[in-house]
Amino acid sequence: MDAASDAELVSRCRAGDQAAWEALVDRYGRYVHAIVARVYRLDPHDAEDVFQEVFARVFERLDTLRDGDALRPWIAQTARNCAVDSLRRSGREVPVDDVPDAVDDALARLDEALTVHAALDRLSPECHEILDRFFCRDESYRTIGTELELPSGTIASRIARCLARLRDVIDPRETEEGRKPESSASGGQVGQR
Amino acid sequence: MTTPEERIAELLRALPAPPAGWAEAAKELPGVRRELDTILERIERDERFRERAVADLEAMLRTEGVEPTPVVVAHLRRRLET
Repeated sequence: MDAASDAELVSRCRAGDQAAWEALVDRYGRYVHAIVARVYRLDPHDAEDVFQEVFARVFERLDTLRDGDALRPWIAQTARNCAVDSLRRSGREVPVDDVPDAVDDALARLDEALTVHAALDRLSPECHEILDRFFCRDESYRTIGTELELPSGTIASRIARCLARLRDVIDPRETEEGRKPESSASGGQVGQR
Repeated sequence: MTTPEERIAELLRALPAPPAGWAEAAKELPGVRRELDTILERIERDERFRERAVADLEAMLRTEGVEPTPVVVAHLRRRLET
């Protein structure tokens, strides 16, 4: 994943850098997907159309974004607008319009999730992969074990260890202020699939 | 009481990857846009081509070798209206 800041990515995209555009889509693809599919609960077909529409608008209007560091809220607002337009076009109720606080709360949670997800890039490739497979791709121990050639008995402990490392990356103070006993960071809360 | 690890796990689960192909299609937008710009230029200078586009945009795109996805069609319609 490209480690450039949002402002740098925006600047490179404006200069026609295809790799920067791909990095932007990689960085925000999950976020936009979560907004349209989870917050607004569009059906899969509409969600895909809206997903593409959001990135088309972002691409077309990137020159109008004054502050490249405001990319994330700008994308969120674009996704909101596109999702609401889609719901209106389909004649479906727009329940979230009636409770904007609920949408704001859901988006705040996604912002936090995006920060956690970005921290995955600061882990070893092995930790990144196993956490991504288990939590984001919802793969079972069996699948992970087969794909990564790991004995299934070691997967839970490896996930727990990588999760603890991710916690340290996100908030090193947790470690300094007193790490919990290893048992509390073991596979107990991971939940086997 | 939720442990920090549980909270992190919950947040990781909140952002699953989009279905296969979605991000790849979005990544191709710059290339698609270049193709559309070429088509738009032709529409501007070729009246018969413009008539074909207005009559059946999707068919015209297929003839030109461009997949008429909803995004491509919407983009072109917007540009045709301006």
